[in-house]
Amino acid sequence: MSAVLIVARGVFKDSIRDRVPYNLLFFAVLMMAASFLLAQLTAGQDVKIIKDLGLAAASLMGVLIAIFIGIGLVAKEVDRRSIYSLLSKPITRSQFILGKYLGLVLTLVANLTVMAIAYYVVLAYLDWHTPANVKLGWEAAATDPMLLKAFALIGVELMLVTALALFFSTFSSTFLSAALTIAIYVIGHFNEDLRSLESFGASPALAMLGRGLYYAFPNLAPLNVTAAVVHGQAVSVQHMLLASGSIGLYVAVLLVASTLIFERRDFK
Amino acid sequence: MSTQSRRRRALHWIAFVVLLVGAIGTQTVINGAFQRFTPTQEVQWVRSPGVMRRLVLGFDSVAADIYWIRAVQYYGATKLAKAENKDYSFLFPLLDITTTLDPRFNIAYRFGAILLSEGYPNGPGRPDEAIALLEKGIREAPTKWEYYLDAGFVHYWWRRDPRAAADWFLRGSKLSTAPNWLQPLAASVLAEGGDQLAARVLWTQLAQTAEQDWMRRTARTRLQQLDAEAVIEQLQPIVNSFYDKTSRFPMGWEEIVRAGLVRGIPLDPTGVPYSLDPVSGAVDVAKDSSLYPLRRGL
Repeated sequence: MSAVLIVARGVFKDSIRDRVPYNLLFFAVLMMAASFLLAQLTAGQDVKIIKDLGLAAASLMGVLIAIFIGIGLVAKEVDRRSIYSLLSKPITRSQFILGKYLGLVLTLVANLTVMAIAYYVVLAYLDWHTPANVKLGWEAAATDPMLLKAFALIGVELMLVTALALFFSTFSSTFLSAALTIAIYVIGHFNEDLRSLESFGASPALAMLGRGLYYAFPNLAPLNVTAAVVHGQAVSVQHMLLASGSIGLYVAVLLVASTLIFERRDFK
Repeated sequence: MSTQSRRRRALHWIAFVVLLVGAIGTQTVINGAFQRFTPTQEVQWVRSPGVMRRLVLGFDSVAADIYWIRAVQYYGATKLAKAENKDYSFLFPLLDITTTLDPRFNIAYRFGAILLSEGYPNGPGRPDEAIALLEKGIREAPTKWEYYLDAGFVHYWWRRDPRAAADWFLRGSKLSTAPNWLQPLAASVLAEGGDQLAARVLWTQLAQTAEQDWMRRTARTRLQQLDAEAVIEQLQPIVNSFYDKTSRFPMGWEEIVRAGLVRGIPLDPTGVPYSLDPVSGAVDVAKDSSLYPLRRGL
């Protein structure tokens, strides 16, 4: 286990060195600029829009980091030939894969935590500056703790994207890995349509294929609770657990598959 | 640092400044020489809300916000445009996409219905689309009594159909979330059908309960329009009495004042003098008044 943690710590330090924290600065500036600009552009609704924008930005930046660092986790070690010295140490290939994965997930979680803090600071500022009669029209408080549920599920989505990027990087080039990860990410958001292809006029065979693909690919739609939390609607713990559990199983499948493929690769 | 490297650094700085000035100068020349292409007609590339929902890949809420901002800006730009024929045809599709991307976007339904039903030239004058938007909102949030209030409002104010308005108010009043004044409002609308009193009650309620400042301002403007209508109803017989005495309509309010029929030039609630047509003798709010046009003129 300690070998896994050593690899994970290495990935975390590398990410910091690769200026990943710069995106946090970008996020903070975006949030602050948005809060001032949107108040001028919108007819009311600035608090809703800032909430939406913050969650969308956190998700998008997280996905980009997960993809573009994830695809390099293995490839970089192979390109730099450091994989030879790494594998000569007392570390198994599955520990290597798991360590790499945990390291990037740790980076993303740290990233997401800082973004959530910046998000709440901007919302608290907005809350402080808004007259009480305007706040009466808000569906939920500006600093509603329920927003953390959206951040938590964004974290789960990022865990899947990281696992996908890592999986593809174990057997393909960085470019192809990025393309395939993005493709699965897109399919994950279209997934609900695959289940009901017959409603689009598809033949029974195609509809059956669609249903098969629906179960084969992870469904990312249940992870998107932005609209619900922003409108102050309840998101049940059961929903959170089920959605996270389902994605967790896909992550486990991908990590096992990554290990299996990586173990077959010849680095001698 | 050697003299040579200092000279090289100075050269780099000079090159930087000269090139930057050159780039800005070229940009200025381009701006003066070329007219930026602006399409004669607006284009909405994706009109299907369902397709848009798929294209945004889970970023539905933020995409709805973008469409909402676009709808408000589109309405404002069209309203303020100097064009003879104002075209609001994209307003409903934009609101439709907004509310499909975020079906709980409360203000898009309520504010959108006001914008859609606003009479031409201040809006598209489409109460039918306003009702369709509110019905969509009710399908998404059946317990939202405000949508029933707004639908009744559109029927009462823009369609002049108190019976349909009362029906909406009654339906809304049956919801457990509805305020206790909604049912009496339905009765009042039916009893007063077409009278200004019911309209005044409606706008006063909205001015007091609307969630958004813009809606409250709109309600206050409507109340001012009702005040103006009431004053016009008093001024018109005065102008007619001038005609009865002189067999012609007055050239302006000064003549009416000189004749001692009114004490001073009558001003509407925004402080702009009422218009007086010397040919027909018709009294109305002036075209440069923010109260123009009055509903009765539509």
